[in-house]
Amino acid sequence: MKKFTYKKGLHHFGRAITYIILILSAIVCIAPFIWMVLTSFKTNAEALRFPPTIIPEKFILSNYVNGWQRADFGLFTKNTIVLTLACTIGTVFSSALVGYGFARFKARGSSIWYIIMISTLMLPSQVTLIPQYLIFTKLKLIDSYWPMIIPSWLGGGAYNIFLYTQFFKSLPRELTEAAKIDGANSFQTFWRIMLPSIKSVALCVGVMALVFHWNDFFTPLIYLNSSQKYTISIGLQFLNSTQGTARIGMMMAVAVITMLPVLIIFFLAQKYFIEGIKISGMKA
Amino acid sequence: MKRTMSGNERRDTINFYIYILPWLISFFVLTLYPMVRSLWLCFTDSDFSGRGNFIGLDNFIRAFTKDPLFFKVFANTLYYVVMFVPSSLVLSFFIAWLLSQKVKMLGFFRTVFYLPYITAGVAVTIMWGWIFNSDYGLINYLLSLVGISGPKWLTDKRIAMISIVIMCLWSIGNNILIMLAGIQDIPVTYYESARIDGASTLRQIFSITIPLCTPTIYFNLVVGTIGAFQLFNQPYVLTKGGPVDSTRTVSMYLFSNAFEYGKMGYGSTIAWCLFVIIMFFTLVIQRSSKNWVFYDN
Repeated sequence: MKKFTYKKGLHHFGRAITYIILILSAIVCIAPFIWMVLTSFKTNAEALRFPPTIIPEKFILSNYVNGWQRADFGLFTKNTIVLTLACTIGTVFSSALVGYGFARFKARGSSIWYIIMISTLMLPSQVTLIPQYLIFTKLKLIDSYWPMIIPSWLGGGAYNIFLYTQFFKSLPRELTEAAKIDGANSFQTFWRIMLPSIKSVALCVGVMALVFHWNDFFTPLIYLNSSQKYTISIGLQFLNSTQGTARIGMMMAVAVITMLPVLIIFFLAQKYFIEGIKISGMKA
Repeated sequence: MKRTMSGNERRDTINFYIYILPWLISFFVLTLYPMVRSLWLCFTDSDFSGRGNFIGLDNFIRAFTKDPLFFKVFANTLYYVVMFVPSSLVLSFFIAWLLSQKVKMLGFFRTVFYLPYITAGVAVTIMWGWIFNSDYGLINYLLSLVGISGPKWLTDKRIAMISIVIMCLWSIGNNILIMLAGIQDIPVTYYESARIDGASTLRQIFSITIPLCTPTIYFNLVVGTIGAFQLFNQPYVLTKGGPVDSTRTVSMYLFSNAFEYGKMGYGSTIAWCLFVIIMFFTLVIQRSSKNWVFYDN
C-alpha cells in the first residue's frame, strides 16, 4: 500500500516538473515580444538606461508616429501587401494545378517527373541563385517584383505541389467520373469540383505562403534596388543599419507594426497552420 | 476496345503535361538551366553581366590556396550547423514529449511555442539585437540580477555565433510541433503493455518513444541540416558577419562576392562548394539512417 502512495507522489511531482518546464519555456518564448512592446513606448533616454525599467515610466506614442513617417513605412507596407498577395495567389493556384496533374493523370514518365520534382526539395537555392539573377537581368526585370512573382506562378515550390498531390490522390475517383458524366471537361472538373473539395489544403498552402512572403528578406534584398520599391523587411534592415541603438524605441515600434499582420493572420488561421505541420509530420 | 484505351492513355498524357506545364517551365528555366550555367560560371571570371573568360580551375585554386576567408566562412557555417542542429533536435523532442503528457492548455502552449517561428523575420532579429545588447539588453540585465556580469553577446568574436545559435533555438516551434505529431502517432497500446511489464517512464522514452519517433527525427535532421547550412538572415541583420568575420557564413560570403562585388564566377564556385558539402552531409545521414531509423509497418 505504501508503495502505491509513493508512486502517486512521484507522479504528482513529475506532473509539477512538466508544468514548470513548459511554463518557463512559454515565458522565454513570449518575453522578448513583451520587452519589445514595452521598449517601443519608452523615451530613448529611458530605453538606454541601466538597470532598465520594465514598465515605461512615461508611456509615449511618438516612437510609432516618428517611425512610421520616417523612411516611408506606409509605402513599404503597401509594396509588401501587393507583392505578398501576388505571390500567394500564384502559389495557391499554380501548385494546385501541378499537384492535380501529378495525382490524376498517368503518363509515360510521370513517376520519374514526380521523383525529380521531389528531389528539387533538397536543392539549396544558392546553386541556382546567380544564373537566375542573370536571367532576370537579361529580361530587364531587376528592381521589379517579377523575379519573386514569376516563380510563384510557376508551380510555387515543390513542397506545396507535394502537399496538393497527396490530397488530390486521396479524393475518390468517383468524383471525377461523376463530373465527366455531367459533361464537364477536365479543367472544369478541376476548378469546380476537385479544388473546392480540398479547400482546407489550399488555405493551408495559402497562409504558409502569405507568412513566408511577408517575412521574406533574401530575395527582395537581391532584386530590389530603389527605395520606392522596398518591402518592409528591407526597409527595416535599412533603418536598422543606419540608426542602430540610437533610436531604439522607434526601431522597436516599427518592428511591432510590421509584425502585427502576421500575428493577426496566425491567430485567425491557426487551425490551418497546425494542419500544415501535421502533414509535414505525416510525410516523415 | 484497344483503340479507345490508347485514346484514353493519350488524353491522359496530354492532360498530364498540360497540368504540370507551369512546374516544367520553372524546372527547365529556373532550376536545370541555372544549375548547368552556374557550374560553367565556376570556371569563368564572369562579372555582373554574366560574361567572362574561361579561366580553368583558377577560382578553385584561389578558394583553396589564396583565400583564407573562404575556409573561415565554411568553418563558421559548420560550427553553426554542429551547434544548432543537434541541440534543436534534443530541445524540440524534449518539449514535444512534455506536451504529449496530456497537459492542460495544450492549445495555448502550442500557440506560444509556434509564435517565434511564425514571426521570424527582420523585425524579430532586430528585436534580438536589442535583447543581446551588452549594455542595455534584457539578458545581461537578468544576469546582473543574480550577480553575473554578462558577456558581450554580439561583439565578442568567441560568443557571437553562439548568440545566433541561441536566437535560432528560440524559433524552433515548427520542429516541436512536427515532433509532437510524431509522438502522438504512437499507439497507446505500446505504453500500456510496457507499463504492465513495469517499465519506468525513462525506460519508456528510450525503448518506445524515441525508436518509434526516429522517422520524424530523421526528417527534422535532414531538413534542419540543409537549412542550417544556408544560414543568412540572422547574422546579416544582427552582426553583418562581424566581429572579425566570426559570424560570416557561406551564404553571406556568396552574397557579397556575387551581388556586392559582382564576381559571379567566384560566387558560383562558393555556391557549388556549399552544394557539394550539403550533398555529402545529406548522403551520410541517409546512409546512416538504415541503422537507426525504425519504420513501423
